[in-house]
Amino acid sequence: MALVSIRSVNKVYDGNVHAVKDVSLEVRDKEFMVFVGPSGCGKTTTLRMVAGLESITSGDILIGDTVVNNLPPMDRDIAMVFQNYALYPHMSVFHNMAFGLKMRKFEKPEIDKRVRDAAAILGIETLLDRKPRQLSGGQRQRVALGRAIVRHPQVFLFDEPLSNLDAKLRVQMRVELKKLHERLGTTAIYVTHDQVEAMTLGDRVVVMKDGIVQQVGEPLELYNSPANKFVAGFIGSPAMNFADVTLAESDGKLWAEAQGLRISIPGEMARRANGRNGAHATLGIRPEDIHLAGPADPADLCFDAEVEVIEQLGSEIVLDTRVGKSAFVASVDPNLRMKVHDRLKLAMNPARLHLFDAGSEAAI
Amino acid sequence: MIEGAAWRKWVFYNIPLILFVFVLLFPFYWMIITTFRPDGELYRPWNAANYQPFWTNNPTLDHILYLFEETSFGRWMLNTMFIAAVSTVISLFCGVLAGYALARLNFPFAGGLGTVIFVTYLVPQTLLFIPLAEIIRNFQLGDTPWSLILTYPTFLIPFCTWLMMGYFKAIPKELEECARIDGASRWKAMVYIILPVAVPGILSAGIFAFTLSWNEFIYALVFLSSPDQKTVPVGVTSELIRGDVFFWGPLMAGALLGSIPVAIVYSFFVEHYVSGLTGSVKG
Repeated sequence: MALVSIRSVNKVYDGNVHAVKDVSLEVRDKEFMVFVGPSGCGKTTTLRMVAGLESITSGDILIGDTVVNNLPPMDRDIAMVFQNYALYPHMSVFHNMAFGLKMRKFEKPEIDKRVRDAAAILGIETLLDRKPRQLSGGQRQRVALGRAIVRHPQVFLFDEPLSNLDAKLRVQMRVELKKLHERLGTTAIYVTHDQVEAMTLGDRVVVMKDGIVQQVGEPLELYNSPANKFVAGFIGSPAMNFADVTLAESDGKLWAEAQGLRISIPGEMARRANGRNGAHATLGIRPEDIHLAGPADPADLCFDAEVEVIEQLGSEIVLDTRVGKSAFVASVDPNLRMKVHDRLKLAMNPARLHLFDAGSEAAI
Repeated sequence: MIEGAAWRKWVFYNIPLILFVFVLLFPFYWMIITTFRPDGELYRPWNAANYQPFWTNNPTLDHILYLFEETSFGRWMLNTMFIAAVSTVISLFCGVLAGYALARLNFPFAGGLGTVIFVTYLVPQTLLFIPLAEIIRNFQLGDTPWSLILTYPTFLIPFCTWLMMGYFKAIPKELEECARIDGASRWKAMVYIILPVAVPGILSAGIFAFTLSWNEFIYALVFLSSPDQKTVPVGVTSELIRGDVFFWGPLMAGALLGSIPVAIVYSFFVEHYVSGLTGSVKG
């Protein structure tokens, strides 16, 4: 059990590709930390630097109280699960799991006990004599996990471990991973490009883009108060709607205006946007925060939209609509009946509006 | 597979396949039939009444007996086997280590070095034997098996290195990284994980190296002179073709017996061999 500190870490490849830029993070003891971001955002590189598979260009990485910058992977007391499982194809499941213990010169009875314990936790006791090629994807995944947990390492590192599984199995393994972490309580760093995995698994989530940390926080914090437009668009599915608007003050209110759209900005946010009269900005609203306008909705939060696509999902309807030059996706009550090209009056939930600076894209 | 009418299957699949197999196997058939054909039939003119080129009714072992009694064929076989085995072992050892280094250790100029090694393989032996002969003479190794054991690796090592480099590159890096996180040093990761996984590749390289040195002709012809030191390809062609007289029976018998060990090696390793050439490691 240990905390992992990443302090002003940079990674530059071959003197020109700056893959990780000045990343500083604290992963707390027993925490499940998820790194999420699009491919090429530096999340895997950061993980590999923690593992010792990649050298650090500048900065420090600490596991517990030890600076591990120059320690080889074997001396960092970590275990890693790879995307392609990296099971040793010529060894049985038992020997795959025992390899790390053998390399560390554990006694045979202890190896046997640990492997069997881990196999019992993961439900793979009956597979111990099989070779990896005789296993299904989910079973291989479990063996890879087993190989990590037998060593009782200080930190688990996961590099997109579920992305080679089919959708159903992925959901199932996600739940199992969560349970496993609760049971073992080992500090874990988990890299994924899937924001659903990040939201469901992480105690905290780090969103990265272009080698820079965009925001660190608990899943709901990222969802409810994204620090910038990128995080807002990356977290949540369907993604947040964005509309380019111009801010204008009139009648003592601040309005976000675009073609076919005139929304009043609620008080608190309007105060933060003070002095931006006439400025460009991006208005953000999640699909689930748009509903069909009723008599109770004030007119300054409503807008007219033309339905372009109707996606009936059973639990909700996802509507693709057009409002002037902007497209808005709304998820609405599944019992509503409508047709393509219908014109609807939609309303936004004022408490859930987001406003981003047009230049820096930071939240206002 | 080819779909559609039966004639399409015949025209585009069966008939070409039969032709191909025929062309490939006919020389072997000819070799075998000549080995067992008595001299009387061998030199019968084509317009004789009982001319039977594709079959014999009086098979004989005379040619094989001649090989073992009148020439040093047994000795040649042993020479060839010894030379091929030792040079294969040397080349494999160097090739595996060099291939691993070029594929996995990121040292400066690794890529360029790989290319240079491959280029040395492309230098024709028919040119290279001239300087090599000078070296062999200086070390006074002429007419000994060591003249070949030490020169065969000049083309076998580049070949093995290149083949192993490709094979090592196809093995997922994560296997090794995982082993190193598991507590293995680079050396241990190579010995316990990478080499066992690379066995098909190593076998392929070994079989190729063995076959190349078994069949090698020009170095053996130049560096060996006394009959007892010769290898099979050189021995058979130099002792059984005297002037313009070809002893077809013993020649073919020698060729047949000389190709048997290679055939055995191939068929023994064929499964590994094929996967070594075509496949890599899957999960």
